[in-house]
Amino acid sequence: MERTTLDMWVGAFMVGGLIALLILAFKVGNLGGYDGSKTYRVYGEFDNIGGLKIKAPVKSAGVVVGRVSGIQFDNKTFRAHVEMRLSQNNLFPKDTSAAILTSGLLGEQYIGLEAGGDEANLKNGDKFKLTQSAMVLEQLIGQALFSKASGEGGDKNTAQGGNKKP
Amino acid sequence: MAHRKVGFGLRGIGHAVVNGVGRLGYASRFFLMILIGSGASFRRIHLTIREIYFTGVMSLIIILVSGLFVGMVLGLQGYETLQKYGSESALGSLVALSLVRELGPVLAALLFASRAGSAITAEIGLMKATEQIAAMEMMAVDPISRVVAPRFWAGVTSMPLLAAMFSAVGVFGGYLVGVVFIGVDVGSFWSQMEAAVDFRQDIVNGVIKSVVFGIAVTAIALFEGYDAPPTAEGVSHATTRTVVTSALVVLGLDFILTVFMFRGV
Repeated sequence: MERTTLDMWVGAFMVGGLIALLILAFKVGNLGGYDGSKTYRVYGEFDNIGGLKIKAPVKSAGVVVGRVSGIQFDNKTFRAHVEMRLSQNNLFPKDTSAAILTSGLLGEQYIGLEAGGDEANLKNGDKFKLTQSAMVLEQLIGQALFSKASGEGGDKNTAQGGNKKP
Repeated sequence: MAHRKVGFGLRGIGHAVVNGVGRLGYASRFFLMILIGSGASFRRIHLTIREIYFTGVMSLIIILVSGLFVGMVLGLQGYETLQKYGSESALGSLVALSLVRELGPVLAALLFASRAGSAITAEIGLMKATEQIAAMEMMAVDPISRVVAPRFWAGVTSMPLLAAMFSAVGVFGGYLVGVVFIGVDVGSFWSQMEAAVDFRQDIVNGVIKSVVFGIAVTAIALFEGYDAPPTAEGVSHATTRTVVTSALVVLGLDFILTVFMFRGV
């Protein structure tokens, strides 16, 4: 085969391969997604994060506004220290509360933000004052059983476990 | 009588072990010789480009068609299983993750071994059988740097590109079946995929895998060809061995790499 035609084919092959890689990176992967926009960091301390993982979404009103960027164990307070990156487009009041929620019965866990009423907004490096831990199924079942055993009145005290009896 | 049979058996095992170790040593030396002799394949880049045409471009059709069908089957099977749990919206991430992490690099490497690897072995084996390699040595042309190294670098360059194309076409196939034929929501298909697939963790690791497979498959094909007995039978055996050995090595390496890359993250 003539050399120029051969070069053309090989060049087209290389370009095709690189385009495939770019498609994988930007369309399939998350390189083009959230990381491009500007973010700010906020922290939350939780008693129990359950199955929360790095890169889990942070949602408010069901809309993804950021992602979990780091999870550490705090040696002083013995709590979980969770770092989140929120999009600069979404500002929240200072008294916003964060809760670890589960999508669906056995779905992935995410952080849900409930906006407060403060005038000032959360800034880079701020910390959520109000946090709510993940619900651990075993504890709920235990609570439900315990309240059942301790009589009729106990049922009303377990606000969360009441409707999840085994 | 019995002790003579045992003696024969032991001798057979010993022979096989010594042979195997010797071949492995020769293969390692051969690999080193390729690396040392690969200067020419960059200085005279058209030699390598020619081989990329034969190994990479000629493998395109089989890679693209197989990728499309693998993606479509993944879409169908994944949908069948996921809809039982009411999570068919996760179809995108299932198809993309299985392709990018495993099926893309591994299947592309297996296809590459049978399409390009066997051709390389047959070509070099025949060159040896028809004494072209000996003739080169007579003319003081190093056959390693003139014949073997360009093919090696061509294989190593082509493999990751082919694997990437396999995965990309496969994702498109999954999209075709999942979204266009079955009717999974387009938005959740792509957004779940984007949320689940991480660039560093999944795509870069997939590319690393395919580079390793490219090195392994091409080196095996070249070695089997170079080491083949210069007869018709020897070349045919070497071609078979290329495909079998490459398949086993690719699957074994895949396990090892996966253990290192995705250890319960």
